[in-house]
Amino acid sequence: MNDWPLWEVFVRSRRGLSHVHVGSLHAPDAELALRNARDLYTRRQEGISLWVVPSAQIVASDPGEREAFFDPADDKVYRHPTFYSVPEGVEHL
Amino acid sequence: MTTPPSTLFDYVLGLADDALVSAQRMGWWISRAPELEEDVALANIGLDQLGQARALLTYAGAVEGAGRTEDDLAYLRDDREFRNVWLVERPQADFAVTIARLLVLATWQSELYVALASASDPTLAGVAGKAVKEVAYHVDHARLWTLRLGDGTEVSHLRMQQALDAEWPYVEELFAPTAGALVDPGALREGVLGRVEEVVVAATLSVPQVAPAIGGGRRGLHTEHLGHLLAEMQHLHRSHPGAVW
Amino acid sequence: MPNVSFDDLLADDGRVEPRDPMPDGYRRTLVRQIAQHAHSEIIGMQPEGNWISRAPSLRRKAILMAKVQDEAGHGLYLYAAAETLGVDRADLLDQLHTGRQKYSSIFNYPTLTWADVGAIGWLVDGAAIVNQVPLCRCSYGPYARAMVRICKEESFHQRQGFEILHTLSHGTPGQRAMAQDAVDRYWWPALMMFGPPDDDSPHSAQSMAWGIKRFSNDDLRQRFVDMTVPQAEALDLTLPDPEIRWNDERGHYDFGEVDFGELTEVIKGNGPCNRERMAHRLRAHEDGAWVREAAAAYAAKHAVPEEGAA
Repeated sequence: MNDWPLWEVFVRSRRGLSHVHVGSLHAPDAELALRNARDLYTRRQEGISLWVVPSAQIVASDPGEREAFFDPADDKVYRHPTFYSVPEGVEHL
Repeated sequence: MTTPPSTLFDYVLGLADDALVSAQRMGWWISRAPELEEDVALANIGLDQLGQARALLTYAGAVEGAGRTEDDLAYLRDDREFRNVWLVERPQADFAVTIARLLVLATWQSELYVALASASDPTLAGVAGKAVKEVAYHVDHARLWTLRLGDGTEVSHLRMQQALDAEWPYVEELFAPTAGALVDPGALREGVLGRVEEVVVAATLSVPQVAPAIGGGRRGLHTEHLGHLLAEMQHLHRSHPGAVW
Repeated sequence: MPNVSFDDLLADDGRVEPRDPMPDGYRRTLVRQIAQHAHSEIIGMQPEGNWISRAPSLRRKAILMAKVQDEAGHGLYLYAAAETLGVDRADLLDQLHTGRQKYSSIFNYPTLTWADVGAIGWLVDGAAIVNQVPLCRCSYGPYARAMVRICKEESFHQRQGFEILHTLSHGTPGQRAMAQDAVDRYWWPALMMFGPPDDDSPHSAQSMAWGIKRFSNDDLRQRFVDMTVPQAEALDLTLPDPEIRWNDERGHYDFGEVDFGELTEVIKGNGPCNRERMAHRLRAHEDGAWVREAAAAYAAKHAVPEEGAA
């Protein structure tokens, strides 16, 4: 009860970039989590926008299912432009 | 209206000393806060205050025109020459006291700096303009913790109320007439108290009804606590006259 | 059944992430090491925090406050890394408070003068950086990432320490004596920070195989000496070891024997400040209990009911 829950912190370093996970911290509630994140993770001008998410709310894929999840993409090489041959001299393709 | 240099010097020194003495007290918390995240937060606040103090002391030195630096003013004045209010100089080894005091001080500074930012003195306006953003965060921090302590447990409610009661006598000195003031201290009273009292009530606490302390910090009359604070702060610097650090 | 084994992960990626399969020993070793590292950061706030109120200029006061604040931050990054291994920070702190987990013995030495703040920055943070840089490539992802962040921030720490000592050694005779005295007292304890000699370091081989440790204690100690001797010359201060001299054949500086008996004593709790450090930490923790309880109670009272909840 007295242990403050864990929050994951995401920082946007500047406009045009995504928020990136930087670490976690403890806080009793969302308001303080956001402020603790500001004090802990942006002391050196690392960011201009912050997200905090309760760690318990993150749903993660299981490393044990990594092959089933991710290997089937391995042989779909036709999804990548480098799969296709282009005759020499053809540009802007 | 032009302010004669000596009173402007005293006025700037007063604001500088408020910030410096607060920073000195805040630095004590680093390694002693209730949670590690709060060590980091209080250190940030202390660093902001120290930054304000340094800018203001440097300006005071320039106004005086006798070549005194920020360190000359911080380390080589005795307590009778300090101009800070009593609110900031008493010990604050209790987290509730620290929060109560910060709520009052930062709210006052925020109203004051907003007014100074458009004052006729460009240097002071510049320092104040930067500090406005910093103290806005301090007010926010104090507000969030006042709410949590006031409306937390029975114990925390009691301790927060006691802390407010203990700090309240020192609030009025902030609004007392001050020689050389560029912003009339009395004119800030309503705005500051309105904002502070709103937080106090929202935190299920009551606004203390107490007689104000006699004060006198702006004239160099202090509590006994300031001498001890300065003895600790100044001792090393004074032990090596003329040394560079 | 996980279909990618820990050994494959180590061999293929060299990186292990929190939910990957890992042997109990690997997990235990990491928890112990990361926790000890985190404890060292937060206990390490005390010796330098001791001088915040007395810093001899406002500039130095600001730097020192920012530095000690960083140490709290580093402790937090590391506790967060440890928590990805399924332990709670509260439990780790409890183990620190009850003496079941250790912190670096260097922080059991007192800061008697202002120059000690310089010596800690230069020697202690310098030694820490030598230890920590290889950890940025450690096999456990969250630990390695925390170390990258910490190493970036630490470089300011070492430089400010060097700058303090440089200013003192070029100052008044009193300041110079203060600087030399601090280096005299901190040199040997800094060398002890690399741990016991290799032939007496029980966990080293396994940690190397697991990619937690990349270099041996003695190798890192030598690297630190090689780095520091020329810096001492630049400071015009003497390292308190008459045996230090360049060895052309080895391509390294030779140095005298470290008194590991002293290290053992300090680790056992008999250093100059062990009791004070623990008492300070415990007092802060206990004095803050009512605040932590209040915040938790407030959060429970004001929690927004989840969508769909009654």
